[in-house]
Amino acid sequence: MDGEVSLLKGNEAVAIAAVRYGCDAYFGYPITPQSEVIETLSALQPWETTGMVVLQAESEVAAINMVYGGAATGKAVMTSSSSPGISLKQEGISYIAACMLPALILNVMRGGPGLGTIQPSQADYFQATKGGGHGDYHLIVLAPSSVQEMVDFVTLGFDLSFKYRTPAMILADGIVGQMMEKVVLPPQKPRRTDEEVRKECPWAANGREGLRKRNIVTSLEMDPARMEVNNHKLQEIYREIEANEQRSEEIGTEDADYLIVAFGSVARICEKAREIGLQQGKKIGIIRPITLWPFPKKAVENAAKGKKGVLVVELNAGQMIEDVRLAVHDNLPVEHFGRLGGIIPSPGEILDALNEKLS
Amino acid sequence: MEINNIIKDSNKVYSAPRLLDEVDMHYCPGCSHGVVHKLIAEVLDEMGLTEKTVGISPVGCAVFAYNYIDIDWIEAAHGRAPAIATAVKRLWPEDIVFTYQGDGDMAAIGTAETIHAANRGENIVMIFVNNAIYGMTGGQMAPTTLLGQKTSTTPFGRRVDLNGHPLEITELMKLLDGTCYVTRQSVHTAAAARKTKAALKKAFQNSIDKKGTSVVEIVSTCNAGWKMSPQKANEWMVENMFPKYPPGDLKDI
Repeated sequence: MDGEVSLLKGNEAVAIAAVRYGCDAYFGYPITPQSEVIETLSALQPWETTGMVVLQAESEVAAINMVYGGAATGKAVMTSSSSPGISLKQEGISYIAACMLPALILNVMRGGPGLGTIQPSQADYFQATKGGGHGDYHLIVLAPSSVQEMVDFVTLGFDLSFKYRTPAMILADGIVGQMMEKVVLPPQKPRRTDEEVRKECPWAANGREGLRKRNIVTSLEMDPARMEVNNHKLQEIYREIEANEQRSEEIGTEDADYLIVAFGSVARICEKAREIGLQQGKKIGIIRPITLWPFPKKAVENAAKGKKGVLVVELNAGQMIEDVRLAVHDNLPVEHFGRLGGIIPSPGEILDALNEKLS
Repeated sequence: MEINNIIKDSNKVYSAPRLLDEVDMHYCPGCSHGVVHKLIAEVLDEMGLTEKTVGISPVGCAVFAYNYIDIDWIEAAHGRAPAIATAVKRLWPEDIVFTYQGDGDMAAIGTAETIHAANRGENIVMIFVNNAIYGMTGGQMAPTTLLGQKTSTTPFGRRVDLNGHPLEITELMKLLDGTCYVTRQSVHTAAAARKTKAALKKAFQNSIDKKGTSVVEIVSTCNAGWKMSPQKANEWMVENMFPKYPPGDLKDI
C-alpha cells in the first residue's frame, strides 16, 4: 500500500523494505543487535510472494560469499550483520568490490574491539569508509539516523550500487537498528524477471543463454599491467561517486557560532543539545554526513566557514574527525567528543563538551 | 586408400571437446586437471547444458579453469565455492551449477562451506580433485596428504603427532542427508577416465533431477609437487593413494 505508515524497529523496517524493493535474496547469519532482519524476513516468507530467497548461512563468511555469488549473476542481493560479523565478511566484500558487483550490506554497529559489547557504537567508521578488506577499494557508505532512513537507504543503496557497480553499505549504529519509530513504507515493487536481469547486467554469469560469449566474474589478473588498468577502472568509478554522490543534512549552520558534525543517531541527540544551547544563548549548527563515503567534504568545509570551532561527536574514540579535519583544512579548532563501550551520551554531556573544548 | 576416404565423419572415433578452448593450459605435463577439464567439457556439451551452466572455480591450480571451458564462470575466494554455488543455484534454479575444488579448498579452508552446502542438499555438483598436496603454492601439506608423505611443510613426512591425520572429506560427505551421490574416481588410465566421465554425467543428471548434492572426488596426481615423473606419479597414486582413498561409489541414491 502506498504511503503506508507503520511503527517498526529499524531492523524490521530494513527487512520489509528489502522485500518491497524487489530484492532477490538475503543471506545472513544471526548476530546481536541485528538478528531481527533475518527473523522478520523469515516470518514474512517472501519466497511465497515475491520469490525472494532468504537463507540463514552457516557463517558470515558463507553469507557474504553467497552475496558474491548472487551478485555475480546480476541479481539484487544483500546481507546484514553487526561489527564482529562484518569483520568476517571483509574478504568477501573486497572480492565483490574488485569484481565490480552491486550488493547491499547492512552493518548495525555494536561496540568493539573484539567481541566487545552488544550495545550501540559507531566504531566501524574507519572499517567502512577506508577499505575494511584488502586492496584499494571503497564502498558507498550510507549512515541512517532514523528508521525512515533505514527504509529509504535500502532503495538508495541498491540503486547507487547498481548505478556504479560497486557494493553499498548501510552503516547504522545499534540505536537505529533497535529503536522503534513511525515509518512510511514504500509500495511493493516487482522483482526483475530473469530476462530483465540478463538485459540489465550483460556482464553477469548466469549461463550462456543464446550461446553468447562467456562471462567470467573474477578479480584475478596475473599480468601487472592489466591489473593496474583494472585498479584504475575502480578508481575512476570512485572519483565519479565522489563528484556526484556526497550527501549531508544541515540544521541551523548558517546562523551559528559553533558547528557540530555527527552522523547516525548521534546527530539526533546533538539536535537536542543544539536546542538547549540556543536557550542558553549559544548558537550551534549541525551538519550530518549522510554519505560517510564519499564524505561530504565540500558541505562540511562550507558549513565550518566563519565558525569559532567544530565539535565532532561520535560513538567512538575519534574516527570521522579525521575526515572533518581534512575537509576544514585546520582553519579552525576541531575537537572530538565520543563515548565508548556502548554508552550513549546525553544532550547535556554534548553541550558541556562543546563548552569545555571550544569556549 | 585415399586420405579423404579415411578422414570422414563415419570413421571418427574421437574429436576435441567443443567446449574446451584451444589455448595452452598452464597445468604441468602429467597433471590430472587437464583430463578432468576435458571430461567436464565433454559431459556438459553432450548433455546440452552449455547455455545454462555456471562453474565456480577455486583458488588453487584450477583457479584458471575459466580460461579453458567455454561456459560462464565465477571465481571464488579460497574455499567459498559451495557458498557461491548455493546462491547461484537458488537464484537461477534452472541453471546447472558446479564447483571445482581442490583438497585445500574442499577439506581445509572451505570445509564449513562444503559440508553445509551438501547438508542443505543444494542441487549442485561438487567436483573434488584430490592430489594430496597444495600444487599452486609450491607443494605444501594438504588435509589429504598421506602419513609419511613428504611435502614442503612436511619435509620429513607427515606425522600424526605434528600434523594430524589425512582427512577423508568424501567419507564425511557420504554421511550427510543432503548428498544423493558420492563417488570417488580417478583419471590415470583411459578406463578410469571413462568411469569418471560416467560419474560426472550421473552427477549432472542428479542436478537436473533435483536430487540433492552430488560429490565426485577424483583422486589425482601432482607429479610436479610430488617430484616424480608423470608415469611414476600414476604408479605412486595407485600404490599409496588408493589404499587410503579407494575408488568406487560411496553413496548412490
